[in-house]
Amino acid sequence: MPEVLKAPLVVEFPFTRSLGPVQSAFLTGLRERVVLGVRTTDDRTLVPPVEYDPVTAEELRDLVEVAPTGTVTTWAWNHEPRRGQPLDTPFAWVLVRLDGADTALLHALDAPGPDAVHTGLRVRVRWAQERTGAITDIACFEPYDGDPAQPGGHSGRFEDMVTGIVAPARLDYTYSPGRAQSAYINALADRRNVGERCPSCRKVYVPPRGACPTCGVATSEQVEVGPHGTVTTFCIVNIKAKNLDIEVPYVYGHIALDGAGLALHGRIAGIPYDQVRMGLRVEPVWTEGARFPDHYRPTGEPDADYDTYRELL
Amino acid sequence: MTREIAVVAFAQTDHQRTSDDRSEVEMLMPVLHEVLDRTGLKTADIGFTCSGSSDYLAGRAFSFTLALDGVGAWPPISESHVEMDGAWALYEAWTKLLTGDADTALVYAYGKSSPGSLRDVLTRQLDPYYVAPLWPDSIALAALQAQALIDAGETDEPELATIAARSRATDNPHAQLRGPVPQGDYRVRPLRTGDCPPIGDGAAAVILAAGDRARDLCARPAWIRGIDHRIEAHSLGVRDLTDSPSTRLAAEKAGAFERPVDTAELHAPFTAQEVVLRKALRLDDSVRVNPSGGALAANPVMAAGLIRIGEAADRIHLGESDRALGHATSGPCLQQNLVAVLEGDPR
Repeated sequence: MPEVLKAPLVVEFPFTRSLGPVQSAFLTGLRERVVLGVRTTDDRTLVPPVEYDPVTAEELRDLVEVAPTGTVTTWAWNHEPRRGQPLDTPFAWVLVRLDGADTALLHALDAPGPDAVHTGLRVRVRWAQERTGAITDIACFEPYDGDPAQPGGHSGRFEDMVTGIVAPARLDYTYSPGRAQSAYINALADRRNVGERCPSCRKVYVPPRGACPTCGVATSEQVEVGPHGTVTTFCIVNIKAKNLDIEVPYVYGHIALDGAGLALHGRIAGIPYDQVRMGLRVEPVWTEGARFPDHYRPTGEPDADYDTYRELL
Repeated sequence: MTREIAVVAFAQTDHQRTSDDRSEVEMLMPVLHEVLDRTGLKTADIGFTCSGSSDYLAGRAFSFTLALDGVGAWPPISESHVEMDGAWALYEAWTKLLTGDADTALVYAYGKSSPGSLRDVLTRQLDPYYVAPLWPDSIALAALQAQALIDAGETDEPELATIAARSRATDNPHAQLRGPVPQGDYRVRPLRTGDCPPIGDGAAAVILAAGDRARDLCARPAWIRGIDHRIEAHSLGVRDLTDSPSTRLAAEKAGAFERPVDTAELHAPFTAQEVVLRKALRLDDSVRVNPSGGALAANPVMAAGLIRIGEAADRIHLGESDRALGHATSGPCLQQNLVAVLEGDPR
């Protein structure tokens, strides 16, 4: 098997989320070192608070302060902290039922080792130095052998309420395009366009993805296509994309390479943008060191007859 | 609602740690062909197609559309997708067949966990306000559940090791892990390597058919006598992690408690979760649990639940079971649960 390609793929997104009245109060409270729960109609106190009762689905708005001290209800020792987790030294994941609450909050517990942790352990909140109105305003919990703290009876109304959070996420992948696309990309490195023919309908797919979407069978026979092709359709782009070093307006087109059963897409240049037309004959232009054609330019051949590409639109 | 619907064919890949030599569609297509060959059906004969997968595994948006190339979606087909385990795609297909809009359905699911770091990827399905910013990974959350069970006296580490060993003592040729596997060191205490599922890539497909169509396509159809799925509160601190009321309710609604089953395929990615499920489903030692090895032997995420139903159905196809239960789960600590009850015709 020829070389299968791999490349790092990083997906990052800063999810910006708005908060409802309950979550807003809870996260603002954390910023002010106040832990709030929400009271249900059957007089349970849920911490962290939610907007609707998980049992009855009733709307909940009755905020009540609970203590920053509590009891571990279950735990798990994490000897190898991972990126993004609350502590970078070994710690325990814990569910903590705060004094005054009926449900438990998930967080980290800073403890010297697993022997120092057990269900029933008394703990208290360790506040983060800088607090912004996020669950991470609780830096972690720490063991605590004092009396339960007395909650202050806060109403949940603060000056300058936090109304949203930004939850950044990053995931790292090693992307591998598989057999068919690897073969295509490897051929491009030699400045060749290689498609694959469907054994059933005989159509040549470029770029190939390993399957014929019409017949639902694997494509396998490699077929070199191009380098010349025909513009089947196009559009004129007038909006400059971020980080794109191409002057607008430019032309983005669908190009049916000679021998291909469908059109691929590319930028069309080397001709004024308002002279690009259906049927224009083009060829790829490669730049030094690039792994794919930079753009397509006119070959100077006469335009292709419409009937030669009408099935490829 | 009186239409009888059955699983008439099932196929799955050999599950592997990585499949980087194949794209999703290249991995999936042989399974689709196999399941169609089993029934003699062609794509054009299928009334409805439904799939389960997750963009977060691939790291790409709308990744399922590329996999559709393997189905043969032209001329246009009736198709749907769930961003869930394929067991939930099967549920959707079952309801479609119940309406009478289709007589046959192709259900498939696939997951390539190898490109990313699965423990981190799965954190993105958690509550984004209070939980996901802490990045508690899938093993950590399962470990909290395991410790809760140990504290409640419902299991202990030796019993968990026994579950791990029994699961991997399978002759399932598709399994990723088989035979004696060391229990290993703690990953997140109290769970050791052996208590956790392997990370791997794989795909599965089943074909459903209604009434006489099922009898035409399969010598012994696995009739779906009931299927139901339930969810419980997303906040872990609200739930009793030692129990699974959603599984019990789904089982009750699916009719699982009306008569005993002889076989159960449980989707328990972690050993301790089998303890919870056995209790919720009232399974005693007379029931064969996970002869396939379950998710501890192979856990292609998004396909592992569909595989449980497929494995349960195959036992009926082969005459090894008369009444089998298939279970699928999704989310942390058994948050969502689906139960299907399958029966073969009397012999």
